[in-house]
Amino acid sequence: MKLRPRPHPVNTRARLYVVLMMLALGSTALIVRAVDLQVVHKDFYQEQGAERFLREMPIPVSRGTIFDRNGEPLAVSTPVESIWANPSELLEHADRFADLAKALGTDAASLQQKLEQRKDKEFVYLKRHLNPDDGAEIMKLAIPGVSSQREYRRYYPSGEVMAHVLGVTNVDDHGQEGLELGFDDWLSGKPGAERVIRDRMGRTVEDVEMVREPKPGRDITLSIDRRVQYLAYRELKSAIIERHASSGSMVILDVASGEILAMVNQPSFNPNAHAADPAYRRNRALTDVVEPGSTMKAFTVATALESGKWTPDTKVDTSPGYFQIGTYTIHDVHNHGMLTLTGVITKSSNIGAAKVAETLSRDSLYDMFHRFGFGEPTGSGFPGESPGFLPIVTAWGPVEKATIAYGYGLNITPLQLGQAYAALANDGRMRAPTFVKDARNPDNAVIDPQIAHSILRMLETVVMPGGTAFPQAVVANYRVAGKTGTAHIAHAGSYQNRYISLFAGIVPASAPRLVGVVVINDPGGGQGGAYYGALVAGPVFAKVMDGALRLLDVPPDNVQHWFAGGAVVPAPLPAAPADAVSDDAAEEVP
Amino acid sequence: MKRVGAVIVLLLLFAVIGSALGVIYAREQSRRVFVDSIQLIKDHDDLNVEFSRLELEQATWAETNRIEQVARGQLGMVSPGAANTILVKR
Repeated sequence: MKLRPRPHPVNTRARLYVVLMMLALGSTALIVRAVDLQVVHKDFYQEQGAERFLREMPIPVSRGTIFDRNGEPLAVSTPVESIWANPSELLEHADRFADLAKALGTDAASLQQKLEQRKDKEFVYLKRHLNPDDGAEIMKLAIPGVSSQREYRRYYPSGEVMAHVLGVTNVDDHGQEGLELGFDDWLSGKPGAERVIRDRMGRTVEDVEMVREPKPGRDITLSIDRRVQYLAYRELKSAIIERHASSGSMVILDVASGEILAMVNQPSFNPNAHAADPAYRRNRALTDVVEPGSTMKAFTVATALESGKWTPDTKVDTSPGYFQIGTYTIHDVHNHGMLTLTGVITKSSNIGAAKVAETLSRDSLYDMFHRFGFGEPTGSGFPGESPGFLPIVTAWGPVEKATIAYGYGLNITPLQLGQAYAALANDGRMRAPTFVKDARNPDNAVIDPQIAHSILRMLETVVMPGGTAFPQAVVANYRVAGKTGTAHIAHAGSYQNRYISLFAGIVPASAPRLVGVVVINDPGGGQGGAYYGALVAGPVFAKVMDGALRLLDVPPDNVQHWFAGGAVVPAPLPAAPADAVSDDAAEEVP
Repeated sequence: MKRVGAVIVLLLLFAVIGSALGVIYAREQSRRVFVDSIQLIKDHDDLNVEFSRLELEQATWAETNRIEQVARGQLGMVSPGAANTILVKR
């Protein structure tokens, strides 16, 4: 082949420039792109790359256990498995649906529907909170796209006995109510996280680093005594059933430390099963307020003693059984005639209390009630605690002053009443109640110890022959100081034929250890029948305290009247010679 | 002069090889320890699971209501009345 001569001379130089220019452009483009990738978007690509194999895995932690004061577990978190799926991945394996549905206890059609609906998601729970063994069974099927995840579920071995105090957690293990909510920060741990390298199959190949150290939840030991709590629960429940009452509460406090040993309510619920009626879930001893009725007379009398105008033996005339203040008439159940100040407590005379209040300034009465914590939250730290209601002093007219003196026109919670009686029992020093063992709140003097002692002696007469709570609130072989209360239930601005029965008591009266408050709402269900505090609430107090004193090894203090008969009513018996008693016992004790 | 340089290069070469072997060894060690630690964490976990189960079981068996029923019903126990109580005076 012969080369043809070119028609035009070739401009080699120009061609060279063109080629060079294209090369320069190309390499510039490459450099720009390289800088873009390596410098400008480096983080993005590195992250994307790492995401293909690096995973941040959460490390679940368990919630702290709640113990009672003797170390019995009340709320325990135990690990459970939650089965979840990646819908898009699982949908590709439709042939395994039947197996999976069978293992989960559903049918294949509804499973498929559930997955189709969440097709664009990457995570859907199939079943939560499975027993670890059952969870392992499902994982053994090795269905692609199905994984399991460790979670914790809360169990309450004491069931409804403890339900109100402990409250409940939600499905994500966070406190929702009660102490579970109040101490949520303490109980719940901080889930950790670690970065791991995972292979294509999702198996962890290597731990790279700990992102966050997991912090397990801390345990807590409550002041509650499970045995006393159960006793209170059992007695309160049977009284509510027997009296056809609508609801009730009982609180037991340790006098010296202010610890709450028991707090029960009726109706109750099973915290291990979710979804109970909210009305059953209220911790009524703290959230519901009642008119305290005659239980307040102790504080009216305390004001009287503090004023110096009264002594326990000062007389007041309560005849003829009614008493007019302006247009308002105060009644007593009977005409008690001439009573001493002690007698006003013993017989629970409304007129007596009103006449005593007449001689006192409203400021001194208000001050006394306020000092004993009425109208303010107790500081127990329980979520949703009610402060009650004590009307401001400037709103008290003569009628209000008289009615408040015998416990109408103010609202209190059963725990407030317990706190105030504990202060009377504790030489006039008040301590905020607590749910935590050994967490003593500071105490402060609210009345003179001398006055507190006088009131205790006066309250003892209530549970002696002639008193309003005799013999219902008698605890055999122990001296009891207490006060009954009966209040009409206020409804739509007027008082109806419905009542609240109360009893607040202190045992043993010679060296107080326990304070118990019983409140029973609407005994008789509005159908009449017994409703006086002594008849309804008194026996509950006596039965629970009888057991509680034995459980807590409190020595009997009524040895002079040692009672060994079968009936509850103690008759004063001559005590056996002390020497003989101790000799007998000495033979048995090595 | 040249000899000294060669010796240095040789020494450095050995040092490099040595450190490389060291890295391999350390890597292997860390894998083994990692496998052990995973196993221990799993054991710890399993023991915790077992413990919480036992704790629950114990609490359920020791439920006050159940104890009362067994004591009164099956064992025929009664709480001692005041008549059977001897007071020890100190």
